[in-house]
Amino acid sequence: MNFTVLTLAEQIILTLAALMLFTSFLLLAQTRLLTLIHIFALQGALLFATTLVIAFTYGRHHLLISAALTLGLKVFFIPIQLQKLVTRLDIKREVEVVGNPSLIMFGAAALVLFSYYAVLPIRELSMLATRNTIAVSLAIVLLGMLLIISRRKAVVQVVGFMCMENGLMFAAVAATQGMPMVVEMGVALDVLVAAILFGIFFFQIRTEFGTLDVDKLNLLKEVD
Amino acid sequence: MNVSGWILALGQTALLILLAPLLSGWIKWVKCKFQNRRGPIPWQPYRDLAKLFRKEVVMAQQASPLFRATPYLVFSVTVLASSIVPAFAVGLPTAVIADVIVMVGFFALARFFLCLAGMDLGTAFGGMGASREVTISSLTEPAMLLSIFTLAMTFTSTNLDAMVLHTLTQPFQIYPSFIFAGMSLLLVGVAECGRIPIDNPATHLELTMIHEAMILEYSGRHLALLEWASMLKMLIFGVLICNLFLPWGTALHLEPTAIAVGLLTLGIKLMGIGFVLAASESVLAKMRLFRTPELLSLAFIIALLGMLGHVILEVH
Repeated sequence: MNFTVLTLAEQIILTLAALMLFTSFLLLAQTRLLTLIHIFALQGALLFATTLVIAFTYGRHHLLISAALTLGLKVFFIPIQLQKLVTRLDIKREVEVVGNPSLIMFGAAALVLFSYYAVLPIRELSMLATRNTIAVSLAIVLLGMLLIISRRKAVVQVVGFMCMENGLMFAAVAATQGMPMVVEMGVALDVLVAAILFGIFFFQIRTEFGTLDVDKLNLLKEVD
Repeated sequence: MNVSGWILALGQTALLILLAPLLSGWIKWVKCKFQNRRGPIPWQPYRDLAKLFRKEVVMAQQASPLFRATPYLVFSVTVLASSIVPAFAVGLPTAVIADVIVMVGFFALARFFLCLAGMDLGTAFGGMGASREVTISSLTEPAMLLSIFTLAMTFTSTNLDAMVLHTLTQPFQIYPSFIFAGMSLLLVGVAECGRIPIDNPATHLELTMIHEAMILEYSGRHLALLEWASMLKMLIFGVLICNLFLPWGTALHLEPTAIAVGLLTLGIKLMGIGFVLAASESVLAKMRLFRTPELLSLAFIIALLGMLGHVILEVH
C-alpha cells in the first residue's frame, strides 16, 4: 500500500471520485423527483471540481473550457430545465415506485465490484496515479444504466442517461487528462441537444398517453 | 507496563464513566435551546441518577435472578467496553488487552442480557421492545463491523489504539474510504444509542419506544444503572467517532502537558459532536419503525462503498 506517495491533488481527485460514486448511489436510493435532480446537479458540481483540479495541476488549460461547459450545462442549465419541466408537468410530489430498494442497492454494489474486475487489465496500461478512477467511472456508467432500468418515470431515465454521460466524462478527465477539445465540445453539445429533445418528448408522451410512466407506452393506441 | 500507565488507564475509564451523564445533559440542553425552550441545566442527569439511587427498588414477584442481575451486568460490560477506547491518550496499557471486535462483542453481550430481562416478566412492552431491539441490532452490527474493517484494512490492525496512533504519526492524507466509514459509523451510532430517526429517548409512547420499553419494569438503583450504561454507551460512540476520524490533539506521550491538551481537545470534540447530534435531532423527525431497515441498509451500503473504495482507489 503506497497511498502516501500520492500528491495532494491526486488524493483530492481520488476523494472526488469516491464522492461521485456515492452520488450515484444516492440517485439510486432517492425516490423524490426534485431531490433526484438536485443530487444530479451535485454530481455535476463534483465533475466540475475534478476537471478544475486536473486543469490546474497538470497545466491542461483547455480543460478549463470543458470545466466551464460542465458548470454551465450540468450544474445549472439541465437541472434547472428539468426542474421547470417537473414543475410544469406537475409531477413534483409523485413518489417513484422502485422494485425492491435494498435489492437494487446490493445489485449496485455488485456492479461496482464487477467494474473493478472488468478494468483490471486496462489499469495495467496506464502509468498515471489516478488510473484507478477508470473503475469508478465505469461503475458510474453502469449505475446510470441501472437507474434507467429500475425506474418507470421518464424524467428519472433522462437523469440516468445524463449520469452515464457524467461517468464517461469523468473517465476522460480523470484517467487520461482530457480528450481533444473538439470531442469535448461535441459531447457537451450532444448533451444539450438531448436535454432539449427529451423535454419536447416529455410533452409529447404526456399529451399522447396522459402519463410519464414508460410502462404505459406498451399499450396499443388507435391512430385517428 | 509501568504503574503510572495503569493509573492513567483507570483514570481514563473513571473519567468516561463520570463524564457520560454530562454529555447526555449537554445534548438535551442544546436541543432545548434549538427549540426555544429554557431546558434543564446540563448536569441535570447527575441529579436524576442520584435520585434514582436513593429510591427503593420495586420488583415484580415473578422476577427471576436474571432480571435482578442484568443491570449490574450491563453496566459492568459497558464499563469494560469504555476501558478499551483511547479517549485522551494513546499507548495506555488497557488498549492492548482487547480490540474493536471485542468491543462490538461487549455491546452484543449487554444487549443480549437486556433483551432477556425485557422478556423475563412476560409483560407485553418488554417483549415488544426486546424484539425491536434485536431486529435493529441485527441490521446495525454488520454495518458497524464493515466500517470498522475498512479502517482495519487501511491500518492493518483491529486495535483501536494502533488505529489512532497510525493516523497521528503518519503524514496527513485524505482517505476516501474514511468518509464513508465515518458516515456509516455515525448512522450506526445513532441507531445503537436509540437516538432520533430510530428511537426517541424522550418519550414513553408505546408505539415507538424500543430501549425504554425493555427497561420499563426497572426502578430505583437498577434503573439508574441501566440509564447510566446507555449514557456511557453514547459517550463511547462519541469518543470512538471523534478519535478515529479526528484524532488530533490526543496525547502521544504520557506527559502532563500532552494529557492536558488531550483532555481539552476531547472536551471540545465531544461538545462539537453533541451539538451536531442535537441539531440533527431538532431537524429530523422520528422514522416509522418499518422504515428503519431502509436507513440501516443505507448505512450498510455506505460501509460497503467505503470498503470497495478502499480496494479500488487506495490499494495500488
